[in-house]
Amino acid sequence: MQAQAIQVRGATRFIILSELIIPFILLILGVLLGLYQVLARAGILRTPDIFGINYYQGLTLHGTINAIVFTTFFAVAFGNAIMLHQLRRPLKEGVQWISWILMVGGTLMAAWAMLTGRATVLYTFYLPMVAHWTFYVGAALLLVGSLVPFFFDWLPNTVAWRRENPNAKLPLAVLGNLINFTLWFLIFLPLAATVVFQMIPMSLGLMKETNVLLSRTLFWFFGHALVYFWLLPSYIMLYVMLPKLVGGKLYSDTAARFAFLLFLLLSIPVGLHHQYTEGGLSSGWKLWQAFLTFMVALPSFITAFTVAASLEHGGRMNGGQGLFGWMAKLPYWNKEGDKWLVPYFVAGLILFLFGGITGIVNASYNLNLIVHNTAWIVGHFHTTVGGLVTLSFLGMTLYMLSKLRGVDIKAKSLAMAAPYLWMLGFVIFEIALSITGLQGAPRRSNLGISYLDPTNELLYRPDWLFWSHVGALGGSIAVLGFVAYMVSFFGTLFAKPVRQPELDFPIAEAIHEEPIPLVINLRPWVTATLLLIAISYTYPLYESVTRGSLANASGYQSIGNNLVPMQVPGQQTRLPE
Amino acid sequence: MDRFEKRAIALALSLLIMFFGLIVYAAKGLQTDLPTCLPNARLFDQGRIVQVGPNRYQVDVVAYMWGFNMGTINELRIPRGAVVDFYVTSRDVMHGYHIDKTVVNLMAVPGAVTYARYKFDRPGEYQIVCHEYCGLGHQNMAGKVIVE
Repeated sequence: MQAQAIQVRGATRFIILSELIIPFILLILGVLLGLYQVLARAGILRTPDIFGINYYQGLTLHGTINAIVFTTFFAVAFGNAIMLHQLRRPLKEGVQWISWILMVGGTLMAAWAMLTGRATVLYTFYLPMVAHWTFYVGAALLLVGSLVPFFFDWLPNTVAWRRENPNAKLPLAVLGNLINFTLWFLIFLPLAATVVFQMIPMSLGLMKETNVLLSRTLFWFFGHALVYFWLLPSYIMLYVMLPKLVGGKLYSDTAARFAFLLFLLLSIPVGLHHQYTEGGLSSGWKLWQAFLTFMVALPSFITAFTVAASLEHGGRMNGGQGLFGWMAKLPYWNKEGDKWLVPYFVAGLILFLFGGITGIVNASYNLNLIVHNTAWIVGHFHTTVGGLVTLSFLGMTLYMLSKLRGVDIKAKSLAMAAPYLWMLGFVIFEIALSITGLQGAPRRSNLGISYLDPTNELLYRPDWLFWSHVGALGGSIAVLGFVAYMVSFFGTLFAKPVRQPELDFPIAEAIHEEPIPLVINLRPWVTATLLLIAISYTYPLYESVTRGSLANASGYQSIGNNLVPMQVPGQQTRLPE
Repeated sequence: MDRFEKRAIALALSLLIMFFGLIVYAAKGLQTDLPTCLPNARLFDQGRIVQVGPNRYQVDVVAYMWGFNMGTINELRIPRGAVVDFYVTSRDVMHGYHIDKTVVNLMAVPGAVTYARYKFDRPGEYQIVCHEYCGLGHQNMAGKVIVE
């Protein structure tokens, strides 16, 4: 594994840096809107909008920016950096510019549609809500742009590296990154199918009506593996970088590779667990995908073991003794070198404990009936994508920013306090939203002007009030953490360079590294993945276009945040029996 | 892989398989199953409540922006102990149909029918909450089941 720094200049440096900075600027808006939502949901702010942005328009922006734009840009920037650093082969400037223009252009198009109320459809944009075409085309360009480096830089560079190093193992970070984007490409296809053949024609008025169930099945074919696309860059950091940062080694290289391959195999054929509560799809196939969802928890359990074992090794190398003594010897607060990054992972991992446990509840078939679409779900994903993923991405963004600009981290104490505040806030938030969810409070709803408005005699639910306020407290603490991060981020962004710009990552060695052929040969894994997807999705898709869906639906266009019927309502035609 | 790793994997797998076994038991043994694809589904555009037997009811629910038509608008009255078959669909966009304090938690999909059966043993008022975003009036889309 390569562990030396590499010089980065010119367009490559500009592109990687801007792929970190642009989404971060948008993320500030996304986080502030999140603050408004948590206050509105507690009934502290009882308004349908804030500064001219409607609650649901803000919710669309919050979800799209935080979960799609920020994550996708980061995954590409991090992927570019990892491939460059580990394979020591230059990225092609032409390829990178095409990718950059597609991603930035697409983001601007979608942002325009959302900011002007032409795409108030939330970040799941379920048909038959129809957004302005620029929203769909913008999102599609962002996704296509994110795949360009994978096909035209990373794969060719890997092939060339393999030719030069026929007997070496692919670096672990490279393997993780390639698996992540293979996954990304596979799930891009069903999403593209519904966007290109259903959503864009509807939004241009070329199609009058469409099959909603089919679109939902295709969307969730994409939608669950999306969370692994967010998660795998974090796992790469946990396996490859965290052990080194705490002064130890990766416990097992083989286990790490095995976990990545299991994610490839099992991440996709599980999307039906988002559709447990809808008719038109057979419960037997839901049970099958519930089983696969339980199996995809296995690589996360393996990761939990390997990361804990690596941390223990690090703690013992630092002089920790006894069963738990090593825990006291980890650098939870250490400004030396790159150790300031450790808090981002520690806080992220603690949040992820909550995320993992609530996730298993969500996956649990009939147990899901208690929590589906309640505030519980919101608590869950703010400790996964809003927890480990966001914290590790923010930490790594700051890290890469300082290396690529050749500056020291500014306001290091704030940068180290930020993840702990974020963690504290979201632990409180998660517990509060879990409880209000179990009490029946819905997600995606402006509770302040309905259920938590004491003047609303029909809807008022005083029993949701206390824990919604606790949730608002948690969210506010997390935003304080974000403000602390922002101070350090902008300080580092505008600091004077003190050394040459470079790209460098802490790369851990492994303790156990036995060559198991099953983990080295990728071809059978890809074949098995495609086969399992075909088995799991053929029948649900068939049902979606036959007996599951009895009629097509006409569209409702988002105009000025309103949903306006595109045809006279009730004029849907039935499919032939 | 060393023996600790193998043990961790074996433990995780047994835990997951045990969980899954309990789920299957709850679904098939205790009959708490999920909505499925109905073989003889029919689409409807009017809400209604029909008594189909002694204390047995069929309720067709049409969700729309922003209410539930169940024969009456946003209100369903049934006697205590009633077994109700819910058939839920939507006239416009996606909606949710969650009866508070019960496991009736369904999506209303335009063009499709979602089915669930529930026995109301306890008298009282149950709020029905739309839990899928459906436009600017979404937060006010609610109804109630009154068990007498």
